[in-house]
Amino acid sequence: MELTGAQALIKSLEMQHVEVMFGLPGGAILPVYDPILDSSIRHILVRHEQGAGHMAQGYAQVTGRPGVAMATSGPGATNVVTPLADAYMDSTPLVVITGQVATTAIGTDAFQESDITGITMGITKHNWLITDVDDIPRVVAEAFHVATTGRPGPVLIDIPKDIAQSTMEWYWPSPEDLDLPGYRPVTEGDPSLIREAAELLLAAERPVIYAGGGILKARAADALRELAERTGIPVVTTLMARGCFPDSHPLCLGMPGMHGNYTAVMAMQRSDLLIALGSRFDDRVTGKVNAFAPDAKVVHVDIDPAEHHKVRRADVAIAGDCRLVIEELLLALNALGLPHAESTRGGSGGAPSDAVPGAPAEAGSLAAGFPRERLAPWRSQLGEWQARFPLVYDQQPGAGPLKPQFVVEQLRDLTPDDTIVASGVGQHQMFASQWWRFDHPYTWVNSGGLGTMGFAVPSAIGAKVGRPDKMVWAVDGDGCFQMTAQELVTASSERIPVKIAILNNAYLGMVRQWQEMFYEERYSEVYLSPDLPDYVGWAEAMGCVGIKVESPDDVATAIDKANSVDDRPVVVDFRTDAFEKVFPMVAAGASNDDIMVDPSLLGGGR
Amino acid sequence: MSVYGTDKRHHTLTVLVENKSGVLARVASLFSRRGYNIFSLAVAPSDNSRFSRITIVVDVESAPLDQIMKQLDKLIPVVSIRELDPSLARERELLLATVEAGPDSRGQVIQLVGVFEGKIVDVGPEQLTVMLAGAPSKLDDFEDLIRAYGIVEMQRTGRVALPMLDRADHRGQQADGTAPTTEKAG
Repeated sequence: MELTGAQALIKSLEMQHVEVMFGLPGGAILPVYDPILDSSIRHILVRHEQGAGHMAQGYAQVTGRPGVAMATSGPGATNVVTPLADAYMDSTPLVVITGQVATTAIGTDAFQESDITGITMGITKHNWLITDVDDIPRVVAEAFHVATTGRPGPVLIDIPKDIAQSTMEWYWPSPEDLDLPGYRPVTEGDPSLIREAAELLLAAERPVIYAGGGILKARAADALRELAERTGIPVVTTLMARGCFPDSHPLCLGMPGMHGNYTAVMAMQRSDLLIALGSRFDDRVTGKVNAFAPDAKVVHVDIDPAEHHKVRRADVAIAGDCRLVIEELLLALNALGLPHAESTRGGSGGAPSDAVPGAPAEAGSLAAGFPRERLAPWRSQLGEWQARFPLVYDQQPGAGPLKPQFVVEQLRDLTPDDTIVASGVGQHQMFASQWWRFDHPYTWVNSGGLGTMGFAVPSAIGAKVGRPDKMVWAVDGDGCFQMTAQELVTASSERIPVKIAILNNAYLGMVRQWQEMFYEERYSEVYLSPDLPDYVGWAEAMGCVGIKVESPDDVATAIDKANSVDDRPVVVDFRTDAFEKVFPMVAAGASNDDIMVDPSLLGGGR
Repeated sequence: MSVYGTDKRHHTLTVLVENKSGVLARVASLFSRRGYNIFSLAVAPSDNSRFSRITIVVDVESAPLDQIMKQLDKLIPVVSIRELDPSLARERELLLATVEAGPDSRGQVIQLVGVFEGKIVDVGPEQLTVMLAGAPSKLDDFEDLIRAYGIVEMQRTGRVALPMLDRADHRGQQADGTAPTTEKAG
């Protein structure tokens, strides 16, 4: 069967079971857009290529399947650079296809030419410039394989216009036909290291499981839960891992890091064993590295061996898939005599000190007395911190200024339990992570590593496309919203009913917070205005329902109204208190020991 | 003084890569992005036309060698990496230099080239172009000595290396003088 390169490309995507792609056509990619008309793949026409990339990310984060985005050469391609960098930092599987000028024109500074493979070399897991039409099916198969296996990540395929227009004899490669001699991801952990890790677990007195985004990538949430419940070891979930372990579980300590809650931060600081599972000791988690968890031994499980010892030297470094390694770890714990535990569920989010003692272990076994008796003092310490340093804010009823945390809490309480939440980057992101209750994996979509403002709207749209059965809310900031809001036109025209809550404090809030705290309240270029643009008018112009909320009393009504709309997007403009800051906070470069809690907890006023 | 600093500071990586366009750019971009310093780099086809071999002398003071190797290994076209401990490897390099050699000094320069077992590859009325291949430290010595006569132009290739062969007197080190090949990472 003879196909054009363009037809072969689209057929190859179909062979990869692509059901939807996000993109915007242009000159060099024109040939590839023609066969889309005859394809089963749904193409969603975006208003800016950055939106296509972030939609593909949102889709990938909630489905676990690779997101696909397409753009033309030159500016189309460079507009996808930010989503690629974002997906690379957060290990999101993405396949981006870009048009390129004809092979004869490459290197001549042709119209809309850019060296996109060169530009994206450092922010893709790999990229390909196709120079032979016969390579198309093989390269597509390789691209999906690389994007989705090992440590997932974004890849880019650059296809010159003349290659898309020339013809080839169709074939579909078998796995052996893939030409990737240098790509052999490890998935199974070394059994002797796993045994060492198990021994450390059983010997620890103040252990903490430091769960990262790798748990979600490995679909290891169930395995993690079994590990925590069997051992009674408390869990912190990083920003990238929110939802991988239920917030309402008595062993869940919540989010650690710069704006993590006090107990999660302190648990790691005082720990004698950190069990890092798919986490990478990001600077936002460790604070000053030299002062981070000084007494802790470290077991570090990551599928990417380059993460081992990169920031913090591990005592036991296991390269492998988190799910497989946790399952092996449980077997190793069994072999060492860990008693089969009763569930520790049943607590109501309070201190995890109410657990039932495990069945008596065999005398003399390593696990004797483990875990619950030995961990009792540790858990009572954690419970004390939780009681003393909870997350707090003060919402006055009626006329008082609307607190952003109150909006998030109301949203949490008035939407279904498994609602997907997307966020941008800044204060609103931290409020969302802190105040939402994440009880299900794959319900939190955010830009963790790169910190891309404007991520919320398009990623929420992508998430809704991936999970049309679920309610999807974006918690956004006013600064972020203005960066990518035009994609709501995409959502309206494609009937993708996402809901956007703008926590509109009229400021670039996080920058304002830093200027207040560290720059002597010298506010430089952070004021945005609450009503320029007119968010309700803008939302309506984009085909959405627009709602403005100024009083705490109107929050619930607005959310209920938004929840009832299912045929178009909704934008709710919540006018929130600009003076509200995110606490706790560890200042940049400071030790986690110097965590600043909300001043009201120290007896001061707010 | 060696351009490579002391032996403790440099390590030689011999990297087998797919012979595809852009591979060198990927390696170079990785080093610059992560702030790893390269002392020298040499690329040539290997005995198999599908692969090329890149010999990189890295500054291990700029980053831990373990990190450099693992990050390098994440590049998809990188097939394998071997670390050669300088004390357990045969390292060679080639130097070409055009040296001032007028009637007064010509004899001395020729003599020096002879002592170092180099070659004279071009002769002009006032200058000689000389070639020397050998261990990098020998090239350093030679370079120091000819500098006195005036170096007009000089090029060194950067080193290539192979592990020492297995012999009983190699102090019980790993048989092939290499660190183990790294595991491939996803």
